[in-house]
Parts: sequence; structure tokens; C-alpha cells
Amino acid sequence: MWRLLAAVLLVLVGNAAVAAEPAGRTPKPAIEPAKALTQCIAPTEVMRRDHPKMLKHQRDETVHGGIRGAAASLKGCIDCHAGAATHSVAKAPGDFCVSCHAYAAVKIDCFECHASTKGTQR
Amino acid sequence: MSGEPKAVDGGRRAWLGVAAAGLAGVMLAPGVRLIEIARAAPARTGGADPAVRWGMLIDTTKCAPGCEDCVTACQTENGLGTPTRPTDARWIRKIEIKEIKTGRQASVPVMCQHCAEPPCVDVCPTGASFKRADGIVLVDRHSCIGCRYCMMACPYKARSFVHEPLTDQHPDVPRGKGCVESCTLCVHRLDRGEKTTACAEACAKAGHGAIVFGDLNDPGSEIARRVREIQTTQLRADLKLDPGVRYHGI
Repeated sequence: MWRLLAAVLLVLVGNAAVAAEPAGRTPKPAIEPAKALTQCIAPTEVMRRDHPKMLKHQRDETVHGGIRGAAASLKGCIDCHAGAATHSVAKAPGDFCVSCHAYAAVKIDCFECHASTKGTQR
Repeated sequence: MSGEPKAVDGGRRAWLGVAAAGLAGVMLAPGVRLIEIARAAPARTGGADPAVRWGMLIDTTKCAPGCEDCVTACQTENGLGTPTRPTDARWIRKIEIKEIKTGRQASVPVMCQHCAEPPCVDVCPTGASFKRADGIVLVDRHSCIGCRYCMMACPYKARSFVHEPLTDQHPDVPRGKGCVESCTLCVHRLDRGEKTTACAEACAKAGHGAIVFGDLNDPGSEIARRVREIQTTQLRADLKLDPGVRYHGI
């Protein structure tokens, strides 16, 4: 009984320590989970590092070669990662692409031309 | 003592067997992952076919002066919006022409002519202007620097420059400030496997039937049959650019 109480106390103290951490300089990005029952095209660590390479490779294949519907398509990203509230990956500061890019201070130009919202048009 | 661990082992094995059976059920079949079923993603398309030459035949005898059905359809399909300023993007323009000596008039929709020898591609300093394997002339906006040399080179004045920031682009038609753009022959439709453009579809739907779209290289297609049977003209044929858009009745 005492052991259980001690464990509960420890967990509580631990949580308090975690909650205190974001008071640092830059808050960590809050990444909204992707659409339920979906699995990304590659493991998370690969996607975090290599998604620009994948997108750049695919954009040339699509624009010049006319190959659509490939795995690494921007539309595919948006379909799964669009925020529940905005239906977008880039409209609100908490949306999927923007939250990380703001944290990493990397500007994304994609959505100056590409639609960032989930396809309403077909 | 020696009998007890065996019993435990047996129980563990049975449990493992049940777990394995459960896993097999979740995996469905080798190579089939949940993502393919959940996303129902469109299949990867084969890309531009070099055997195809997409083209258009415009029958000006059926094109009514003042009718803008094709222009409106293009604006809706590509998210261009109705132009309000002289500098706004126009992918199709209606041109009213008149032969001064005879007074004969015609109304002609003019868009990118998708030349076989496109001068816009020749002059582009970054390689952004290019011709696809199936004859469609496009701008790769990723490498367009907005110098507008192609607009100067085009004898058909087919290209537009986007001067202002844009919002709410269509997912299939990305476009933005600082890039040159023009008619894409509705390339997003063709890549999906559709066989017509928005303008040709709208013209047919309105009952005019002045625009025929198709594969000029396929002898069985309607456009190939029509250009074989009736007299057609390429605009500025003297420039020897071999446009993919042909006109009848001018």
C-alpha cells in the first residue's frame, strides 16, 4: 500500500518536472497526430530528415514526367496531416507543417502556390 | 521440480501460437499494409506518353462572337478568377478578327498553341519553360524566375505573368506570384486519364462543338479524322513552329 502511494507520488512529481520544462526559450512544436488508421510512407525519423528530398524528387517527376499519385506526393501529405480545425497543414500556427518549420526557423514556400487545405476540388 | 517448468512452457507456447494467429489476421496478406486500404490513394500514373501529341481543332465557323463559354470554363477549372485588370492572367482570350477588304468577321479563341518548336522554351534562361513528352508546353514554376523573356518570345501572346500574391489556389493547379503561366491543356485532367479539356467540354456541353481536343498522332481519334478531312490553318504558320492548335475557317 505504502509502496503504491510512493509510486503515485513519484509519477506526480515527475509530471510536474515535465510540465515545467517548456518554460525554456523556445516551446517544442506540438505535432498534431495524422489521420487515424493511416501509416506514413516511411518511418518518422526518415520523414523528418528526408521529406524535402522526397518532395523535390517527386515534384520533378510530376511536373516534367506527368507521373501523379506517387507515394511522396504533397497532396498525400496534406490528406493525412491536415489539422482537424483548419483542414490545412499551414493556415494556423499549430498546423502540421508550420509548427515544426517555425520551431526550426525554416521558411516554407510550398504553400504560396500549392493549396494547403485538404482537397475540396476532386 | 522438473515437471513444473514444462507445464509453464507449454502454456507460454500456446499463448504464442494464439498471438501469432492474431498477428497473421492483422497482416492480411504479404505486401498489403493498412495504409493502402485506409488512404485509398490514387494509383501512380504512367506519365506523359511520347507517342501522343495532344492538340486542338477550333472550328471558327461554329464559334459565336461574344460567346465566352470556353474562357469561363478555363477560369473555373484552373482557379483563375474573372480578370478585372489588364495584367490579370488570361489563359484563353477571345479575339474578334475582320478582313478589311471583304468585311468577313470571325471570332477566335487563342491560347497557348503548344508548338512542336516552342520559342518560349528556346529563350528560357532557367529551363523552366519546357515541352512534355506528349507535346504539352508548360512552365515549371519551381524554376521560373519571372523574367518574362518567354512572354516576349511567344508570337501568340499566350502567356501571363502573376503580379499579385494569390490565395485559395486549386489543389490540382498550383500557381503563384512571380511566375509566368499559360494554358496547360488541363494537364491535371489528362494525367488522371480524362480525355478532354475544360474548354472543349464546356463548348460541347453548350452545344457549339467548336473545340475538338484529342491526340493528333492517333489516326482513329476524332481530331485526327477532322484535320484529315477539312482544311485547317496553324496561326502564323510562316514561323514554322508547328502548333498543336489548329483553326478551321480563318
